[in-house]
This record gives sequence, C-alpha cells and structure tokens, in this order.
Amino acid sequence: MQHSLTEKGGDLVVSLQGDVDLDSSPAVRELLLRCVGRGATVFVDLSNVSYIDSSGVASFVEAFQIARRNGTAFALVSVSPAARRVLELARLDKVFTIHESLPGGSDDGA
Amino acid sequence: MEGRGASRILSLRVPARADQLRRVREEVRAAVDGCGCSAQAAGDIVLAVDEACQNIIRHAYGDACEGSIAIEIERVGDELVFSLVDSAPPLDPRSVKPRDLDDLRPGGLGTHLIRTVMDETDFARHPSGAGNLLRMVKRIT
Repeated sequence: MQHSLTEKGGDLVVSLQGDVDLDSSPAVRELLLRCVGRGATVFVDLSNVSYIDSSGVASFVEAFQIARRNGTAFALVSVSPAARRVLELARLDKVFTIHESLPGGSDDGA
Repeated sequence: MEGRGASRILSLRVPARADQLRRVREEVRAAVDGCGCSAQAAGDIVLAVDEACQNIIRHAYGDACEGSIAIEIERVGDELVFSLVDSAPPLDPRSVKPRDLDDLRPGGLGTHLIRTVMDETDFARHPSGAGNLLRMVKRIT
C-alpha cells in the first residue's frame, strides 16, 4: 500500500493506492487521524485502492467521527469498485460522504 | 473429508501474521477463480477468508502470534466449503458475533462481513481437541 498527501486550497487530499489490509491499515489510520487533527477538510481518494478490509474501513470510521466532533468535513472520493463493494457490505456507503471526484472537478456529491 | 464428490481446491498453512494475508488472498483468489463464480462473488469470498484470518490473528491468538492457520477449500457440488483451523486457546463461539451496525464505531465489522458474504458460518472446537475450527459455506450457483 502506498499513499500520498497533498494540500489543495487548504483542504487535505489523502490518496491511497493498493491493498489496505490488516498489515497496512495502522499506517493509514495514523495518517488520517493526523490529517483530521489539523482541523482541515479531508478528502480520501480511493480510486487506486485495489482491496480494503474491515480494519481499513474502521480507520475511516474513526477519522470520520473525529472530524464530525470537530465540525470539519471528511469525505471519500472516487471510490474504486472494490472499495465501494466493501462499504456496501458494511452498510457504510450511506454513512460516509462520497464524492465522485475531487472538489474543483466535476464534483457531483453522489 | 473428501466425500460426496468433494474436490479439494486449496490446502494452505500460513503463519498467523498480518503480513501473510496478501498471500492468503492471492491463493484463495486463484483457487476460487476456476470455480465459475462471478468476479464479485470471488472478491467477496477473498474478503471473508481474509476477515476470518484476521479474527484468528487478533482474537484467537491475540498478540502472541506464534501459531499458524490452516486453510482448506473444498468444492462439494455447487458449494465451496471453507475450513480454517488454528491452534489457539478455545474461543467461545458465542463471543464471535456481528455487532449492531447502527452502533457506528471502529472495529467489529469483520464478523458482519463474513456472515453477509457466506451462506453458512459455524465456529467450533477442532475435533482433535486442539484449536478452533471455522467452517464456512458459499453456494456458487
């Protein structure tokens, strides 16, 4: 699993690539918590996530809850089919804010 | 147990460690890909086996991960039968239950995913008396 972090107009964009599993999710969790701790809007780009398990999804839940408590936005973006399937199975696809593309593009908030 | 026209399509033993899960996923994917199930069903099966292995690593063995996980998949007619065996201390099957999904919190999703994907899931002591046996069934037609 690889990741990158970019700043876009004060928002943070975390891009995850590859498999987010029990081996790699601790690093994802740490990164996401650090980002939401900065008080910025956080977008997590999942377009290149080939696999995600419950531990990866749990890191999203934790970051989402902290952002909500802090009154900041946390959204998933360009969710790959593999990741979307797991969110659906976990019944979290209606819980997270999911955008089809990054803000500034053709963001439709689907 | 290769009765009723059963054919074993995977027999694998791996150390009970997170860094082994990629190999588990690859081997399970390769085994079920030839069974005629849809791409989505194959992906779901890989997820369920991965989650089951995680439960063994995190909850059965706990932090002292010296043990291994034996994974077998048999095809019996239109069913895939999965057996995961560990040598961890006895786990109370009643403690292995999905959480209420309305209770949004990190963790606890794995068992829900397994039960959602698989048609049957049974936790038991291994017949040998040592370790736990998780048996899962997925109907593929």
